[in-house]
Amino acid sequence: MATKVYMEALSPTMEEGRLATWLKNEGDQVKEGDVLAEVETDKATMELVARGSGVLRKRMIAEGDTANVGTVIAVIAGADEDVSALTGGAEAAASQDKGGESASSAEQKAQAAAGSDVGQGAAAVAAAGPTEQDQAERGTPGEATPAGAAPTPTPDRGTTAPATGDRSIAPTGDDADASGSNGRVKASPLARKIANEAGMQLGGVQGSGPGGRIVKRDVEAAISGGGAQAQAPAAQAQAPAQPAADAQAEAQAPRAAAAPAAGGYHDQPLSQMRKTIAKRLTQSIGPVPHFFLTIEVDMGEAAKLRARINERFKDQGVKVSPNDLIIKAVAAALRKHPWVNAAWTGDAIRFHDGVHIGVAVAVDEGLITPVIKDADRKGVGEIAGEVRELAGRAREKKLKPDEYTGSTFSISNLGMFGIEEFTAVINPPEAAILAVGAITPKVVVDEAGDMAVRQRMRMTLSCDHRVIDGATGAQFLQTLKSYLEEPMLMVA
Amino acid sequence: MAVITYREALNEALAEEMERDPDVFLMGEEVGVYNGAYKVSKGLLERFGEMRVVDTPITELGFAGLGVGAAMTGIRPVIEFMTWNFAILAFDQIFNSAAKMRSMSSGQFKMPLTFRGPTGAALQLAAQHSQALESQVAHYPGVKVVVPGTPADAKGLLKAAIRDDDPVCVFEGEMLYNLKGEVPEDDDFIIPLGVADLKREGSDVSIITHGKMIHTALQAAAKLEKDGIQADVLDLRSLRPLDTDAILATVAKTNRVVLLEEGWPHGGITATVAALIQEEAFDMLDAPILRVTQADVPMPYAKALEKAVKPSVEMVIEKVNRVLYR
Amino acid sequence: MPETKTRKPDARAAQPQDGSAQEPARKKTDAERLEGFEREQLRKMMWDMLLARRFEEKAAESYALGKIGGFCHLYIGQEAVAVGAIHALRDDDYVMTAYREHVHAIQKGITANAVMAELYGRADGCSGGKGGSMHMFSAEHNYLGGHGIVGGQIPLALGVAWKIKYKKEDRVMQVYCGEAAVNQGAFHESLNMAALWKLPMVLIVENNRFGMGTAWERAASLYDIYQKATAYAMPSAVADGMDVLDCYRVAMEAHERARSGGGPTLIEARTYRYVGHSMSDPVSGVYRTKEDVEKERANDPITLFADLLSRNDILSQAELEEMDAEVKKISEESAEFAEKSPEPTLDHVYTDIYSTEDVNGRLYFDMRGER
Repeated sequence: MATKVYMEALSPTMEEGRLATWLKNEGDQVKEGDVLAEVETDKATMELVARGSGVLRKRMIAEGDTANVGTVIAVIAGADEDVSALTGGAEAAASQDKGGESASSAEQKAQAAAGSDVGQGAAAVAAAGPTEQDQAERGTPGEATPAGAAPTPTPDRGTTAPATGDRSIAPTGDDADASGSNGRVKASPLARKIANEAGMQLGGVQGSGPGGRIVKRDVEAAISGGGAQAQAPAAQAQAPAQPAADAQAEAQAPRAAAAPAAGGYHDQPLSQMRKTIAKRLTQSIGPVPHFFLTIEVDMGEAAKLRARINERFKDQGVKVSPNDLIIKAVAAALRKHPWVNAAWTGDAIRFHDGVHIGVAVAVDEGLITPVIKDADRKGVGEIAGEVRELAGRAREKKLKPDEYTGSTFSISNLGMFGIEEFTAVINPPEAAILAVGAITPKVVVDEAGDMAVRQRMRMTLSCDHRVIDGATGAQFLQTLKSYLEEPMLMVA
Repeated sequence: MAVITYREALNEALAEEMERDPDVFLMGEEVGVYNGAYKVSKGLLERFGEMRVVDTPITELGFAGLGVGAAMTGIRPVIEFMTWNFAILAFDQIFNSAAKMRSMSSGQFKMPLTFRGPTGAALQLAAQHSQALESQVAHYPGVKVVVPGTPADAKGLLKAAIRDDDPVCVFEGEMLYNLKGEVPEDDDFIIPLGVADLKREGSDVSIITHGKMIHTALQAAAKLEKDGIQADVLDLRSLRPLDTDAILATVAKTNRVVLLEEGWPHGGITATVAALIQEEAFDMLDAPILRVTQADVPMPYAKALEKAVKPSVEMVIEKVNRVLYR
Repeated sequence: MPETKTRKPDARAAQPQDGSAQEPARKKTDAERLEGFEREQLRKMMWDMLLARRFEEKAAESYALGKIGGFCHLYIGQEAVAVGAIHALRDDDYVMTAYREHVHAIQKGITANAVMAELYGRADGCSGGKGGSMHMFSAEHNYLGGHGIVGGQIPLALGVAWKIKYKKEDRVMQVYCGEAAVNQGAFHESLNMAALWKLPMVLIVENNRFGMGTAWERAASLYDIYQKATAYAMPSAVADGMDVLDCYRVAMEAHERARSGGGPTLIEARTYRYVGHSMSDPVSGVYRTKEDVEKERANDPITLFADLLSRNDILSQAELEEMDAEVKKISEESAEFAEKSPEPTLDHVYTDIYSTEDVNGRLYFDMRGER
């Protein structure tokens, strides 16, 4: 009995994955549970595990290829089993190969796609030989989106994202019900099927049926038409590698032709992470009404406390950074200001029971936000250890999904780069984010009225005005400042 | 090929089967001397005699049970109900005896029995004489149900029913008896049970129905064609066994279905077919499955009311437009 | 507690229209009673009644132990009727009854093993475990069931009788029903047609005086069932349902009428059951008193017949006891057989619903599968 190996949703927001490395070759014996490949997701590199036993008969995509969640990327079966039905059909679906494919294999794909009952659209998709770059245009509107310069998207699993939300479902069997990114969109079963087979998302398709239902003609139009839709269709011709005879390819040709005219340049293919940040970023700054509050804090006492803690727990290997202390203070302040530990759900304000702080970590090519869960209940030493451990793994792209999701508030600290202050974009569905700048010595007027040099730090709180008003945000910052300037207040 | 009426086709079927097998006999009210309430058995008494064309008193339960007992012990009764409305009295024998004899006895007793009669509404016959009960009868495992809508189907299916070793309920149509059509002149012309018939082909929408409603469907399809819409009209012909392959094939072809039946919607055969399609062809559907049935009320007498209650060509067209999102 | 009234038919009651005599039960001499019977046949009748009694007792015990499920309607007290009447049949005659049928089934030739196994719902039951207490069948023995709807079997028997006439066979259709069934429409419809067409059907009404919990006189405008035949210009007779030889005689007469083209007969066999309507029904206390039941014990058909045979030197007490031991053993062994017999396998859910599954289209929806 053959087992279809699918590109699985290895993270909650994953819509497609890039096959980084195959760990098994065609012809290898495979046991259920064996690691078949390493797949690069929008967050990290994950292991793809076999769900059946047998011989790995066919690998349908190559290393470096990208495939949508739900695509069949390999087949495990008995050594002599006839798997032609599985491998033949799947080729049409794995139509997102990197550029540079030979014309003949693209034609093959066109033929295979034309053979499926998706019709003209899919054939055009295959024939045009799409590139990875085109993937960037694809997206699902209404997805929870992240910050701009700041943390990477961490959809809060505790809340439901408004309306569509991400629902990456690991496919369980049928090709037809794969693609989790087509969740919560009104579409006929047939429309979904056609969309899945063509590798396109329903999210941006205009539905012409009752109640905005997406039906077959809408999907077919989206696949073959292109321009008018909110989302670009799955395939666009790059530099015309083959004669683009049909309308779709022609429609794209002008766009592709424009690129070379810009002069010498070098394209770097987008990593999953890049694509996701870009997508979510763009979609966040729109809907969320941000306003920003800045406050300056004297970090003198905080520094002293830090030193004492590090001295006291030296032999336990505890090394608390200023940021760890900030995390602790923020957590405590959130407890006092529940409106800042909340979220906009569309028809309610959601007050979270727990305080889970997302801490931005810079990694190769981008950012990720590991989450310190129940930060208010952890000692600062524990927080420090966790942050270090998570950040380390984050840089190695070895974080598990539940380690970078579920935050109720985020902190971004660019102090180590000398940035004095900055504003961050809120990571929906959270209601606020704190941007922390560098601690620098400054001359201030002290209590006695004299000039003194103090260690000062500026923080900017970005607030979702639907949840947090000016006064609320200001009060939160006041509390936070008091905790940092008089840490004893966190205990008293 | 001869062009004969539905009534004549049934008459031929009966005569041929009685000729062919001496164990076949016809029993019911007015089947003999009166030549049949609807003249379906015209001339048969003369030809085959009193033991084989038997006039009964008005005792549906009694003679239905008689049919079961006789079938159980080796002969082949054809029991006529003047209309299927009256068969309700006989349901105890059809469902509790005929349908279950083989199963209860672990296969020891055959039931080569045919029940036949007209079903559904005629004109202004009011509530008790206008019921289409084939869906209800098909509900019971152990019976088979056929619903011929054309003369050829009537002949072929009745012959098949008589030759069948299981209890088969044949639902004819009072309004169909005068319908003319081409019928093969072959003594052995049989339409096997469980085979639906595509009465019209098209790939825009599937209209699935049975019995006299196929004519409504065909009329609707003709009108739709003028608008450029081509419909598959699938005549089920057999409700049990049900030609599920044909149903799923037409849905796969058109992605849109309108189901039509003369009976009521609550638990009608259209409900069963809808369940089948959504279970087994879910991904084929571009639109919800819509149904046209009789209004869920007892049939009123007044002309305009009756017309509004019965399924009509306009209702079919309206639903077709809905599934096409027009 | 309503007093049970027993009424013997009034000798001055109207005679049936066609002039056939109906014999009220009256005391006959031993010689009269035994006349025409062979010794061996009498001993066989005794043996059959004893087996009937012991088998039913064993069934009651098995039911109480949970081996038999659903309904279980016992014949204890009524043995004379089935044993006597079926003794008057040939092998190729048909028997059909309602659901108090274990004894009829055995008497018609099905083994006690097969009947008990059917009660236990096992594969070796006469209906393959698919019928149960109420639906026993044997085509081989011309035993046609086993039917659950009160009165529902009468039109079926009518149809069998029709078949006999149609095929010009020399056979009789003997069908039983309880006295309460005569109020069902099916009874009337069938009698009318049987008489109209002179079909070879003998309907034996086992009047045990209680339709479940309703005494007959509370349900009937006309107490004497045999008189209903007059409405259909049909011959009728009354048999003493506690006297196996009377049942035999009355039945035999009716069979001869049927075979000679004289048409149907309605026989009212007046009997009594010593047990409740079914195992779920109390023996007494609700609709009849314990004393009433005890009083009727004096009329136990087995005891009465044993006395008759013993005082006429046809069967001694010792022989009787030997017989009893034999039938007890058979009953015991049937329970053991049933216990060991396997249950029908699960695929039997879908077997024998239709004559063949080799048809186009779906005969039934198999909800087991995944789709």
